Amino acid sequence: MTLELVLFYLASAVAVFATLMTITRHNAAHALLYLIVSLLAVAVLYYLLGAPFAAGLEVIIYAGAIMVLFVFVIMMLNQGNKTVQQERQWLSLGMWIGPGILCLVLFVEVLTLLGSSGQLAGLEVVSAKDVGIRLFGPYLLAVELASMLLMVGLVGAYHLGRPLRDKEQVNEREKDSEVAQ
Amino acid sequence: MTGVPIEHGLLLATLLFSLGLLGVLVRRNIIFVLMSMEIMFNAVGLAFITGGSRWMQADGQIMFMLVLTLAAAEVAVGLALVLQLYKRFKTLDLDVLSKLKG
Repeated sequence: MTLELVLFYLASAVAVFATLMTITRHNAAHALLYLIVSLLAVAVLYYLLGAPFAAGLEVIIYAGAIMVLFVFVIMMLNQGNKTVQQERQWLSLGMWIGPGILCLVLFVEVLTLLGSSGQLAGLEVVSAKDVGIRLFGPYLLAVELASMLLMVGLVGAYHLGRPLRDKEQVNEREKDSEVAQ
Repeated sequence: MTGVPIEHGLLLATLLFSLGLLGVLVRRNIIFVLMSMEIMFNAVGLAFITGGSRWMQADGQIMFMLVLTLAAAEVAVGLALVLQLYKRFKTLDLDVLSKLKG
């Protein structure tokens, strides 16, 4: 078995285990940690599959930007007096061991990859240049559609995330009191 | 073509997708449902990249980037909906939203 295959199966095991932990945690912050580990493992898989550009995008956009959104929302939903105690509980040492070990495995994999980049003879790469040429050639319409989708997402998120107006709040209170009666 | 067999890559993508689907079906906290949907998007992206690496074409990575865009837009709107849900109902339980159920 070549080095590449060993690394592939190791990263796959990390990804599956971290995903399994994600969907079984009770605490949203703990699940988020495992989800980030899972995304990093998939990024290593992309690199092994000869797509380094996609691996970079996975780390920057998925594990970076999208997960930051999740963190923001989880933090916004946890206001109040119990927050301090909750923070203490989230930062307890035991919580970090699982994701830490999985990250360490991935780190060793990346070090191995960087150290032996010349020896991976089977690794053929689709470079970022090829992707860019295809993307802004035949796929130009898809790029435009994606930009429109992002615009719609932006406007939609802004519209939905705005604070409730006074009138709506009154209506909500009336509804609540009706339910209470 | 790289050394990794395509069957194993697709098998892994299927496994991850099934785990995400399981999460959507089993969990009732809306944050976890959104996370499981991210897992499913990710699995689809992995399948595209595997296909692209099998035939050494850039199309797989381009489709992955489109999936990435879709995931970003979906999560922005989804999390805004979560905030509205929490503001109005003071809970993250999805079953509260079954008021329209016949």
